[in-house]
Amino acid sequence: MVLLRKFHGIIIPLGAALAALSIGAIIIAILGANPFDGYWALLQGAFGDTDALSDTAVRAMPLLLVGVGICIAFRAEVINIGGEGQIVSGALLSTVTALYLPTLPPLVIIPLVLIAGLVGGGIWGAIPGALKAYLGVNEILSTIMLNIVAIQVMNYLLRAPLIDPIEIERGTRIPQTERLSENADLPVLIDGTRLHLGIIIALITALIAWVFLWRTTLGYRVRAVGHNPNAAKYAGIPVKRMTLLAMTYSGAMCGLAGAILVFGSQSHRLITDGSSLGFTGSAGFNGIVAALFGGLHPLWTIPSSLLFGGLLVGASAMQRAIQIPSALVIGLNGLVVVFVVCSTTIREKIQRKLTLQSEAETINHEAKSGAGHE
Amino acid sequence: MRLSQEQDMSEFFTVSVLIATFASGVRLATPYLLAALGETLGQRSGVLNLGVDGVMLLSSFFAYWTVLESGSRLLGVIIGILVGLIMGAIYAVATLTFKADQGISGIGIFLFGLGFSELLFLEQVGTPRSIPSFRKTKIPLLGDIPHIGDILFNHTLIVYLAFALVPVIAWVMHKTTFGLNLRAVGETPSAADSVGISVNRVRAATILFGNAMAGLAGAALTIQLGTFQNNITNGMGFIAVALVYFGGWKASGVLAGSLLYGLVTAVITKWKTLGIVTGAAASLTTMAPAVLTVLALAVIARRTTSTPSALTLPFTRGD
Repeated sequence: MVLLRKFHGIIIPLGAALAALSIGAIIIAILGANPFDGYWALLQGAFGDTDALSDTAVRAMPLLLVGVGICIAFRAEVINIGGEGQIVSGALLSTVTALYLPTLPPLVIIPLVLIAGLVGGGIWGAIPGALKAYLGVNEILSTIMLNIVAIQVMNYLLRAPLIDPIEIERGTRIPQTERLSENADLPVLIDGTRLHLGIIIALITALIAWVFLWRTTLGYRVRAVGHNPNAAKYAGIPVKRMTLLAMTYSGAMCGLAGAILVFGSQSHRLITDGSSLGFTGSAGFNGIVAALFGGLHPLWTIPSSLLFGGLLVGASAMQRAIQIPSALVIGLNGLVVVFVVCSTTIREKIQRKLTLQSEAETINHEAKSGAGHE
Repeated sequence: MRLSQEQDMSEFFTVSVLIATFASGVRLATPYLLAALGETLGQRSGVLNLGVDGVMLLSSFFAYWTVLESGSRLLGVIIGILVGLIMGAIYAVATLTFKADQGISGIGIFLFGLGFSELLFLEQVGTPRSIPSFRKTKIPLLGDIPHIGDILFNHTLIVYLAFALVPVIAWVMHKTTFGLNLRAVGETPSAADSVGISVNRVRAATILFGNAMAGLAGAALTIQLGTFQNNITNGMGFIAVALVYFGGWKASGVLAGSLLYGLVTAVITKWKTLGIVTGAAASLTTMAPAVLTVLALAVIARRTTSTPSALTLPFTRGD
């Protein structure tokens, strides 16, 4: 696997975003709408007023958590695309916890369901992590398969053992749980908005990840494994254990996002539409976009996930304004990913050229001064 | 899993039901097989194309739209392949020219296909309307063999094409100069380069072919179903990528894996219509092949010799 270099600087991601938005504008124009009206509506819908901003923050929360996990996984050279499954497994374990212990007071049950989310997602990340570390199974494939498994387990649980008894009584059989214990509702931060505690937790998590990666020995080891596994091995770093750790950490972050998605939702229950997309809003994939855009840096992933959360929220406003389906934004996210990964090579090429130039200059200089001595 | 009364199960084990189930298993295996065969050549040359699902989604939509507007299934298939080729060209530029990380750009292609297929479907069609499905062509003589004929030789042309491609791909990989070159490129690109094989040209060829096959698979999927819906593949493209590992990078192995997935899907659908399993239990059955694939991957990973050594590694001269 190619070593993922740090994407420093702001020019490359911004260039990638601009390129994607321009292509989006052309497509909107081809479909017969005005791209400027569309993008203006999108901007207003995402950042226009307090409601828009709080919706954007709520939408950015899972992207940030998944993205923080991705920062750690990708830096350890583990490509975790099992975010969807890890979100679902975290959501399931936290939901079960709340269903079995509904009477606990908020101060106990809220931390408990969040930990359950961490554990659920962590387990779902540890499986492909262990398979990669100790058996050499390609993590891309195992995480894809585990996504399918998690989604089908959710479909089963929500259709049979965990289904809302009222759904059976009515015969409607919508695959969803009952309204979960009110004690586990994540408190709303500002009355009248949807802004809940989960957003603060996500921010703190990003900070912790930054400290972990750059201020602890363990984080240094994880990064070292990603930079050069052989060198890390000779330096005595347990490479396999670091791979497992990075994958588990990444999974746990996704699982936490899953728990927050359930207990911060407006329906306060877990619902499935048969796939994972309805519940996660493809956060497992879009979180990768946010992390790449943030240069795989946990703190830069904060503004980056706000940007992509805003795009997703604003897309609905754009749909209302110019009747272009909001799916456009998902497609554009894909383009951003392709552009960002392409642009790293361009940047490296420029850097190589610059170093070659300066080396040539030094040699020239030395040659001249050498000639002067003779 | 709740398998209710015995009589339900006996209803499944009748000759006519079993034959119908096997036959639809063969039919359902076709999109997996087409996509996975294309991906096999790509991976053998050292390219992991994770965007198959996105390509299938886009080509599926365009094939559906073409058939809807023109009424011609053949034209739909051709358009599907063309869309695949275009996406392949984009992927080739990204991974060969810019040496972008294959796994991550594949995710980009997937999101691109997921978003734009939905966008175009909602914009251009809106509510799903049905299109004519492929017609069955019974193969003379072979089709008259009792039972076997109904399972294997009474299908649509695209099914025959997919199965006929299995020996063709195997032959190309093992008996032609191009096949030898592409395996060399996938194992030791620098050695291939030193004897004058253009690594990137070989890889560009396999990328274009693989994406054209993904395009064909997408077209086959929507025309077989006779309709289109958002996220119509539901992860089939990702499974196709996994099937290549599952099949040990061999055409015959890929065939076995595709048939397994097709059959499991067919059996579950049949069980559901016969009322043998409930909707809930069917979810558990649906995940069985995924669990099996993870286990198979763990076993295969031990036989590291079969993995193309240069898989996912971009080639730069002098590296």
